[in-house]
Amino acid sequence: MDENTVNNRDEQDPSKSSRRNFMKNIGLLGAGVAAGAGALYSGDIFEKKKAATGESKVLLTQDNKLVEVDSLEMKVLAKNPEKLKLQEGREGIPGKRWVMVIDLSKCRNARRCISACQDAHQLKPEQYHMNTLQMQDSPGTAPYNMPKNCQHCDNPPCVAVCPVDATYKRGDGIVLIDNVRCIGCRFCMAACPYSARIFNWTTPKDADKHSGETYNVELNVPQKIGTVSKCLFSADRCREGKLPYCVSACPNGVYYFGDENEDAVTNGTTKETTRLSKLLRDNGAYQLMPELGTKPRVYYLPPKNRLFPFEPSTD
Amino acid sequence: MEKIVNDLSHHIRLNKGFFIWMGFLVLAFLACLYAYTRQLQYGLGVAGVRDYISWGLYISNFVFFVASSLIGMLISAVLGLIGFKWVHPITRIAETIAVAFAAVAGLVIVMDMGRPERLAYVFMYARFQSPILWDVTVITTYFVISLLLLFLPMIPDMAVLYKRFSKLPSWLKPVYKVLSLNWTDHPEQNRIIHRSVYILLILIIPAALSIHTVTSWLFALTVRPGWDSTIFGPYFVSGAFVAGSAAVIIAMYFFRRNYKLQDYLTDMHFNNMGKVLVLVAFVYLYFNINEYLVPGYKLKRADALHLHELMAGNFAVMFWLVQVGGLLIPIILLLFRRMRRPMPLTVISVAVVIGAWFKRYLIVVPTMAHPFLPVQHVPENFKVYTPTLIEIAITLLSFILVLIIITLISKFFPVIPVVETAKDKGLDPLKSIES
Repeated sequence: MDENTVNNRDEQDPSKSSRRNFMKNIGLLGAGVAAGAGALYSGDIFEKKKAATGESKVLLTQDNKLVEVDSLEMKVLAKNPEKLKLQEGREGIPGKRWVMVIDLSKCRNARRCISACQDAHQLKPEQYHMNTLQMQDSPGTAPYNMPKNCQHCDNPPCVAVCPVDATYKRGDGIVLIDNVRCIGCRFCMAACPYSARIFNWTTPKDADKHSGETYNVELNVPQKIGTVSKCLFSADRCREGKLPYCVSACPNGVYYFGDENEDAVTNGTTKETTRLSKLLRDNGAYQLMPELGTKPRVYYLPPKNRLFPFEPSTD
Repeated sequence: MEKIVNDLSHHIRLNKGFFIWMGFLVLAFLACLYAYTRQLQYGLGVAGVRDYISWGLYISNFVFFVASSLIGMLISAVLGLIGFKWVHPITRIAETIAVAFAAVAGLVIVMDMGRPERLAYVFMYARFQSPILWDVTVITTYFVISLLLLFLPMIPDMAVLYKRFSKLPSWLKPVYKVLSLNWTDHPEQNRIIHRSVYILLILIIPAALSIHTVTSWLFALTVRPGWDSTIFGPYFVSGAFVAGSAAVIIAMYFFRRNYKLQDYLTDMHFNNMGKVLVLVAFVYLYFNINEYLVPGYKLKRADALHLHELMAGNFAVMFWLVQVGGLLIPIILLLFRRMRRPMPLTVISVAVVIGAWFKRYLIVVPTMAHPFLPVQHVPENFKVYTPTLIEIAITLLSFILVLIIITLISKFFPVIPVVETAKDKGLDPLKSIES
């Protein structure tokens, strides 16, 4: 088409056509030279880059993907690792909605969950993120053991009352405390109906040993005097794709933990994964004091068909 | 006029009694300050509060302080705006108490913080969803208005004293000169001050209602039995008037005796304040009946446990002493005119103030002592709250601070408004300044 028009024009004005062709050739040549020079130049930069670093790094991204990045491409977002961890700890793990199921028919008050938790979080013996309570709902009903931790409410009364945004609710359902921010007013403890929160009244356990450590908000260690602490659903383990400390430590298969979005929970003892909705439906699951409107993320399966006697605690 | 100025100002001097009293206060203050340094060093663990009963003396004391500061509004604004002339000599006493208690209330809350060095975070990271922020806002507002209401009516007094009171200590003269803001009793000055005070008197009513309502919400906004109540706002406000009226009566008695103000704080003033006290005590009794009878009739499980602990359990002795000794008996006694004379009225007021303090303790502690879920596997001192000596000393520290503030204000400024008293007696302070 184009040639035709050119030809037509050529026929109309032959003297003009040769000049036009000449100009066209010059243009083509120019473009070719420019492109070649550009290619050479970028190739040169590429070679220089390779010469400068020559190495690429394999990194784990926040959403658990392994990626290879040239070290020159890497940009430092925050030089302070504590700050970075605090930022990350506020966002939660994308796409997840963590949920816990506690099967009361299996709890024999072995208290392994408690010691595993206290070890992980540098807690003293009287400091509980997870505590097993001896319950009896009314004189006529059977007593049972009830592990009780933070319920990670979807409508958390503790978060509502915090004056400095030190305790917060993450996208993945976990309620955390930033003990670098906490002012120690203890309003959250007063607001929590589950008595889930504890306070570092005195110097925390092994404070000297841990004093140099970078604060990890997802593990809440090192614990700090004058600040509040509580169960974190082992947010650090969730990030690694592992089960929480208490869940893994239970010898009796009491705990299930998993992601509500996937509708799957894994038993910490048997490591079997079950459908969450089916587990809740088939076993008559309930929540602690749902009438308070807190919308807990912990479900309880009733203490029925127990094959062992209830041993009242000495305490 | 000369006699009024002299009568109302003769106490403004540095005498032996003042030095002994201030020396005692300062020594006690330092001793208690030492207790606080211990808490700063070793943490809140030096107090008796633990995980379940995590609010104790400090928070009870905070509520009491906010309550006591409310009286400034009742006397100056409510009774003053209605037009009762007899409150004029009492307004400054009431405002002094309001300023002192409101100022120290803020410090009391800092004493309760696990991390007092992070106080600035409340402003840096302020989350307005939290009632603590509301409380900080309204208490600051109330304190500023109270301070202005104490200061503005004192401007003419200071001008008059500066010019007319020959015995004014020489070191106080520059202070009076600066603070009297060049007052010449010009009609325009009078108009400005009159309008300002009038506006402040109106503004202080919502501010005062807010401080104690919001303070009650620190409790009522939780779901705990004993706090989960819709009448906590008016319940606290009416209780505050009881505590504050009694505090003002005690202060009146003290100033009348020590500063020889018998001609100005007469039996009539005590009689009337006694009537105010019995009135607000009746209102408070009404709210008490509501607060205990309504849940007590239904006896929901958590409420039943709470009421049982109060009335027949661990807190029963304190509860009945407070309700009968601090409220019922005073109400009955105050109905008799003889009991509203200065001496008996002051004794009754002391009982009322002590009762009012312990009442705050009974509001804060028992609710925390029995949460919804059982308290198990913790040491005994987690289950039962026993205040420690350090905790008591730190609480005393706040009281000593209040006494120091009241002493300083009342000692170096006229306790009773001079110009207003003169005007009430038909004298013209304008002429007295000019002459």
